[in-house]
Amino acid sequence: MCIAVPGNIKTITGDDPLTRVGRVDFGGLLREINLALVPEVGVNDWVLVHAGFAIGVIDEQEAQKVFEDLRSITESGADDRGENEVH
Amino acid sequence: MTGEKMKFIDEYRDASAVRTYADKIAEITTRPWNIMEICGGQTHAIMRFGIDQLLPPEITLIHGPGCPVCVTPVEILDKAIEIAGRDDVIFCSFGDMLRVPGSRKDLLTVKAEGGDIRTVYSPMDTLKIAIESPDKQVVFFAVGFETTAPSTAATILQAHRRKLTNLSMLVAHVLVIPAMEAILSSPDNRVQGFLAAGHVCTVTGYAVYEKLVDKYEIPIVVTGFEPLDLAQGIYLCVRQLEKGASLVENQYARAVKRDGNQPALQTVNRVFEETDRRWRGIGLIPQSGLKLRGEFAEFDAENRFEPANQVTHESTGCISGQILQGAKKPYECPAFGKRCTPEHPLGATMVSSEGACAAYYLYRKP
Repeated sequence: MCIAVPGNIKTITGDDPLTRVGRVDFGGLLREINLALVPEVGVNDWVLVHAGFAIGVIDEQEAQKVFEDLRSITESGADDRGENEVH
Repeated sequence: MTGEKMKFIDEYRDASAVRTYADKIAEITTRPWNIMEICGGQTHAIMRFGIDQLLPPEITLIHGPGCPVCVTPVEILDKAIEIAGRDDVIFCSFGDMLRVPGSRKDLLTVKAEGGDIRTVYSPMDTLKIAIESPDKQVVFFAVGFETTAPSTAATILQAHRRKLTNLSMLVAHVLVIPAMEAILSSPDNRVQGFLAAGHVCTVTGYAVYEKLVDKYEIPIVVTGFEPLDLAQGIYLCVRQLEKGASLVENQYARAVKRDGNQPALQTVNRVFEETDRRWRGIGLIPQSGLKLRGEFAEFDAENRFEPANQVTHESTGCISGQILQGAKKPYECPAFGKRCTPEHPLGATMVSSEGACAAYYLYRKP
């Protein structure tokens, strides 16, 4: 139920914050998605889509971090850096 | 969806990367740990990709109650069934809800009896149906966690603006964070670390967990849904457990910020307020549900149709309450795979593919 799918915004229609709609590309399949919950997004942004609404923006830089962490644990052996810690 | 490569999905399904994390988990694990993944979508992915089978025997994954289909209380389902059977109603629902057993029947039976029940992908679909069917009352069965509530709320704001008088919502939204607190404060709690539900956190952020880790001294790792996300989430959680740490960590940083999605949270707060809610199989959890604020009461299907509070009836022989609280595994139920199957479910955990019983049935049936 809480599954959200990443998609890429191709075009945006409308200025009204409540009804702004994007044509979003999911690996070649295009769907109209409501953008009311992500007022900051623009064309070419990646969003997470759930139940017809974009619920969040994908941070492309952060997306690389998983692979950096993977490299660091493969290279360094024990990983005690703890830099994922946020609190 | 198509044969094309799916960015932000395919690269997180790399088997050798997942195995690297599995090896690291085995390397750092010195004693038994119980880790709960909250979200049913994560349970499904763990079973589908066999993540649990890659882990050392010391690590037990306990499957949490994060399946909205499973925890929607039978009294709300009975109300849905009553409203859906009315001649003047078009009843709209996510597909998962149709086969969940109510006290006497399910929504699919109502449909077979002639009820106009439609499966929708988005609450926004119901707005369109309401505009196209002015002589009918359109009702949306609003289930789901923090992830889904903003979409319902945004739809209600549009209906409100358009002054639609033939659209209402049967609201069964629930909140996962009070449920985590209920699990932690139970005297029977066995959970030592949490994988928090990534897409709930996309909306709520993770600052909300900081008081939980302080109060209960338990690690919480915000975790995504792909195999690599899950393997890394478990690794980070075990690493904290082995060190005796209790911190909030964010594995799913590509989709989750500390403060979450503020416009989405504001939309929810504009339309809904918190209320006590009974969870099917678990019981009452204070302030764990959402109800429409007074300003939007006209969109409340319970006000509009006043369905009766019927005497509820739960199937005997279904242990979904114990499954949802992680006390038992599906294969420990005598009915599992015999009297209870996805085709003939005794309880909600066998209906939704995110229910632990259905996930085990699909991927672990001997």
